[in-house]
Amino acid sequence: MLTSVILAAAEEAPNPLIPHTAELVVGAIAFTLLFLVMKSRVVPMFEKAFAARTEAIQGGIEKAEKAQLAAQTALAQYTEQLSKAREEAQVLREEARVQGAAIIEDLRTKAQEEAARITAAAHASIEAERQQAVTSLRTEVGALAVELASKIVGESLADQARQSRIVDRFLDDLEKSK
Amino acid sequence: MRSLVRFSAEGEGFVPPSSNDFNLPPIFGDNAYTTKPILLVGLSVILISVFFLLSSRKAAIVPSKFQFAGESVYAFVRNDLARDVIGHEFMRFVPYLFTLFTFILTNNIFGIVPFLQFPAMSHVSFPYVLAIFTFVIFHYVGIRKQGIGKYVKEIMFMPGVPKAAYVLLTPIEIVTFFLTRPLTLSLRLFANMFAGHLLLLVFILGGDHLLKGVIGLKLISPFAFAFGIGLTFFEFMVQCLQAYIFTLLTALYIAGALADEH
Repeated sequence: MLTSVILAAAEEAPNPLIPHTAELVVGAIAFTLLFLVMKSRVVPMFEKAFAARTEAIQGGIEKAEKAQLAAQTALAQYTEQLSKAREEAQVLREEARVQGAAIIEDLRTKAQEEAARITAAAHASIEAERQQAVTSLRTEVGALAVELASKIVGESLADQARQSRIVDRFLDDLEKSK
Repeated sequence: MRSLVRFSAEGEGFVPPSSNDFNLPPIFGDNAYTTKPILLVGLSVILISVFFLLSSRKAAIVPSKFQFAGESVYAFVRNDLARDVIGHEFMRFVPYLFTLFTFILTNNIFGIVPFLQFPAMSHVSFPYVLAIFTFVIFHYVGIRKQGIGKYVKEIMFMPGVPKAAYVLLTPIEIVTFFLTRPLTLSLRLFANMFAGHLLLLVFILGGDHLLKGVIGLKLISPFAFAFGIGLTFFEFMVQCLQAYIFTLLTALYIAGALADEH
């Protein structure tokens, strides 16, 4: 019984390594169909997406590089301009300082001159007035003194020359007694 | 065989699943073109086509999640398999490698998709077909690239080897290029899917059988099911790996045929 079962089994169980015609045909057709779909539609579309992506990324990178270059140029330009402006400002400041100093010096000189001039004028005026005073005093004091003396001594001193002599003598005595 | 043994043994013992479990009768009548694996292969072509056509339809620079999913698979085959292995001429072979990878992967994964639950690649005819395609392509590429004389000569008499070594090398090389490569390519895929499916059957049917037994056996049955579930995850890994290996080896063979000296 067992042998018959085994025999029957061996008879019925086909070798799994023997291919079936139907499966070979269907396998070949199915695979070919799938291949055609992949080759004609799927692969080109995916490749298109990949290419577009690569291009987009590369374009973006190039754009960024350009922008960076422009920014760097602008920065260099601005830095240069800034340093130029600084130098210019420095020069201007220096000039202004020198000019200011000159102006101050000038003004001081002028003021000193003015002061000297005013002082000199004052001196001159004082001297003149003093001279005038001296002269007028001399005359008036002489007249007063003579008048007084004549009143006191009762002597006529109308004679001009005598009068003058007497006054001079008096003044000399006055100076001596000083 | 299962029904036969069951009948003869009056349903006493456990009948382990065998290669006969892979012989599925036509679903519609007697038409040999309506067996489960054939319908699954047809379904896979429809599913893959629809998925990738929809995914690649917009080809947007900023992809949607859906487009990104399709693109990721495509980019994996294109960059990690085709470009890294074949080199600068890779673009010609991307459609073939991509089709190969998605086709094998989908049909493998059918093995653990609920209700489908059958890896079409466990029927050796399909791996045979794919291996024949690869075989034809890599020889064609080699002959186109180097001319038939030089190509055959380089296979038979590997350059840079002492003359005496040809006694040994030439037969090995001929067998390698014309027999071993296509055979191992198809049988590796077939055997992995076949064994994986058989393993799942053992644990799931075994668990089922234990459940019908006495109370002690009923208690063991959950372990068998748990193992079956664990193995399902393991199978998923093997299914992805086998799709990857088949595609990788195809790319390697093409790269070898393109290279001036292999």
